Amino acid sequence: MARKLLLENINVPGIHTFDVYRQNGGYRSVEKAIKSMTPDAIVEEVKTSGLRGRGGAGFPTGMKWSFLAKPEGRERYLVCNADESEPGTFKDRYLMTHIPHLLIEGMIVSSFALGAKTSYIYVRGEMMPQIRILERAIAEAKNAGFLGKNILGSGYDLELYVQPGGGAYICGEETALIESLEGKRGNPRIKPPFPAISGVWACPTVVNNVETIAAVVPIINDGGDEYAKVGNGRSTGTKLISASGNLKKPGVYEIELGLPVEEFIYSDEYCGGIANGKRLKAVVAGGSSVPILPANLILNTINGQPRLMSYESLSDGGFQSGSMLGSGGFIAFDEDQCIVRNTWNFSRFYHHESCGQCSPCREGTGWMEKVLHRLEYGHGKMSDIDLLVDVSKKIEGNTICPLGDAAAWPVASAIRHFRDEFEWHVTNPKEAMERNYGLAKYADPLPKLEEVVSEN
Amino acid sequence: MSDKVKVTIDGITVEVEPGTSILNAARQIGGDIVPPAMCYYSKLEGSGGKCRTCLVKVNKGSEKDPRPMPKLVASCRTGVMDGMEVQNITSPEVIEARKGVVEILLINHPLDCPICDQAGECHLQDLSYEHGVGDTRYEFERRTFDKIDIGDKIQLHMTRCILCYRCVYVANQITDNRVHGILGRGDASEISTYIEKAIDNDFSGNVIDVCPVGALTDKTFRFKNRVWFTKPVDAHRDCPTCKGKVTLWYKGDEVLRVTGRKDQFGEVEDFICNTCRFETKNTNSWIIEGPRHIAQTSVISANHYEFAPLPVIKENQVLIEANKVEFERATKI
Ligand SMILES: Cc1cc2nc3c(=O)[nH]c(=O)nc-3n(C[C@H](O)[C@H](O)[C@H](O)COP(=O)(O)O)c2cc1C
Ligand code: SF4
Ligand code: SF4
Ligand code: FES
Repeated sequence: MARKLLLENINVPGIHTFDVYRQNGGYRSVEKAIKSMTPDAIVEEVKTSGLRGRGGAGFPTGMKWSFLAKPEGRERYLVCNADESEPGTFKDRYLMTHIPHLLIEGMIVSSFALGAKTSYIYVRGEMMPQIRILERAIAEAKNAGFLGKNILGSGYDLELYVQPGGGAYICGEETALIESLEGKRGNPRIKPPFPAISGVWACPTVVNNVETIAAVVPIINDGGDEYAKVGNGRSTGTKLISASGNLKKPGVYEIELGLPVEEFIYSDEYCGGIANGKRLKAVVAGGSSVPILPANLILNTINGQPRLMSYESLSDGGFQSGSMLGSGGFIAFDEDQCIVRNTWNFSRFYHHESCGQCSPCREGTGWMEKVLHRLEYGHGKMSDIDLLVDVSKKIEGNTICPLGDAAAWPVASAIRHFRDEFEWHVTNPKEAMERNYGLAKYADPLPKLEEVVSEN
Repeated sequence: MSDKVKVTIDGITVEVEPGTSILNAARQIGGDIVPPAMCYYSKLEGSGGKCRTCLVKVNKGSEKDPRPMPKLVASCRTGVMDGMEVQNITSPEVIEARKGVVEILLINHPLDCPICDQAGECHLQDLSYEHGVGDTRYEFERRTFDKIDIGDKIQLHMTRCILCYRCVYVANQITDNRVHGILGRGDASEISTYIEKAIDNDFSGNVIDVCPVGALTDKTFRFKNRVWFTKPVDAHRDCPTCKGKVTLWYKGDEVLRVTGRKDQFGEVEDFICNTCRFETKNTNSWIIEGPRHIAQTSVISANHYEFAPLPVIKENQVLIEANKVEFERATKI
């Protein structure tokens, strides 16, 4: 059984209540941090741990914290990003539903480390039950003296608020989230300035993902060194993976970073293999925004190394033959799934969620969706495939926020790896309406694919 | 001055105040190397960054940190650093990206120039002429909206809007209580007032001048004439509300339209009030200063009696060399 740092007590009955959580060692890190550590020492500890942001970009958390500007007489804010709306990702919701005090505990320690006296948890609007759960947990913690004025007699005050969002994916982007938190339309800001300099109400702000903040708890309890021993290379610690798609046992798993992808999919400890005895065709490893990979490239890197669940290994091969860990939304597709249809579905999402501020994303996402729709429904042309690649290039890198890239990558990667299937939709439109392309060569041993890749 | 910073754009070096954007540094150089700007407007705080037509490539970040920037950047919202090296028209990558932006801006545009009052002074027209491609690859129905009146003087033709947000910033700037803005999201966004309410403000007419396309037009000029058949004349009057410095657009003896005075980048010098714009169309009310200079590249000058002033590069031999094409075009008459 691999080590669990976040979900160890998830199955303890009543762990969502303060009392049970406390009896199981909860809030120890708050006591330790506030009574025996300075804020700077906590930041150092997080740096030592090697923790990287779990919200998608994987930026080192300790470093992000040390960038926070600390001008005299200015408030500083910590905002927890609980907007989780990436298709395929549902780990934050799971954590908040079942073990809300872990997040509250992490928020207290992190706020103390950053010198924030007011902190926010910005929760996606659709997650009403989780909002209630968190509010209740905050009230319990406050009651026990872990929040509010003079926490544990230390003189440190902290107010923690839950702010429901309106239910827009773009409000998960940190600057759009800040705008929305301020009560404005959730348009991403143009950077610089970065939130560390000017965030909420133009004050220095740190935005972190739910899981990132929760991971601060074991780091403070056991020490950054101990945390860094878990994991693989620069991917330290554990990661929550939201597994979905055609798996025998979909769900949220806490894995040690560096676990082989093959073991994650096929072992009984995790997903238990592909459902209904089918074969694996493709995987989106880190939420809908990251490049999709065919079965052979997700199990092994292009150099024939086994692919691991870590930041480095998943991105091995760059965009030619790799992907990204992203937010850990692991979607598996079996041989009966249609890649064209899935790509269209993703692009429909990005078209719907673009904030519309900058032209390439606003217009380009809609264009791609329409072309993909035409391909999926048997009216496509051969030239559409290159058109899609071209439009995705016109968006990628040319926009205000990374949503443009997130919309472009799934399309570009699907065509890069599954061009045959797209072409088959054009050449056999009738058939494509009745059956799917199937597994084809997408699970074949690698060398064959290497030729295809090197042609590009 | 020693606290100025040096920036090189397409091989031409200029010294500017710290904090200047790349776009404004380029405007100080002038000529062909100025990136086109559809959303940035120097008089509107916070504007820019949205249309992405002004993308440029930064080959060298600064003297201190010479690394190139990984992506193309919006020149209107990126500050210069000492020693920065920028490529605009000398970078094929920039040209390609700009072509892409223009194509994308046009996919949902109605291209109804023959019946649009803005034709002739439309920045999108100029942009597609200079940077666009002849054909569109977009084969779907274009987005359309109904026309709406924002009060009795301004008409909003949302179908033509490129969502540059300029009019929103005008409204932000002229009033604490903005009643118009963007509704909806993504390509379903639209400019609107709250339940089509009129914008009740002395300066609301300026949204017409800042709009780069024909989305916000002057109802008092509607279909009166094509702009290139009218003659622009600078004039002023003693106005209690604004500075009263305007351009009058004549057809014969009749003033068809009053606008702010636009510079070579299409920006007005001063915002004018609605009384000057909509209610004062009588020559007697104005003190005439003389013909308005119109950039020679503009279609308006096609029918014009006075040729354009030479661009800023007139005197500096180095800049003339670097901007040969622009120079020849500007001096060919
Ligand atoms: C379009 C878009 C949506 C995002 N949605 C989320 C989200 O739902 N949750 C999240 O934690 N981060 C999201 N992010 C990433 C955040 O911008 C930010 O990087 C993250 O919250 C930083 O936290 P971390 O350093 O702990 O990962 C999103 C980014 C983009 C561009
Ligand atoms: S990339 Fe898309 S979502 Fe991001 S700011 Fe631009 S239009 Fe909005
Ligand atoms: S109406 Fe005109 S000024 Fe306003 S956003 Fe649209 S194009 Fe820009
Ligand atoms: S002018 Fe710079 S992005 Fe529009």
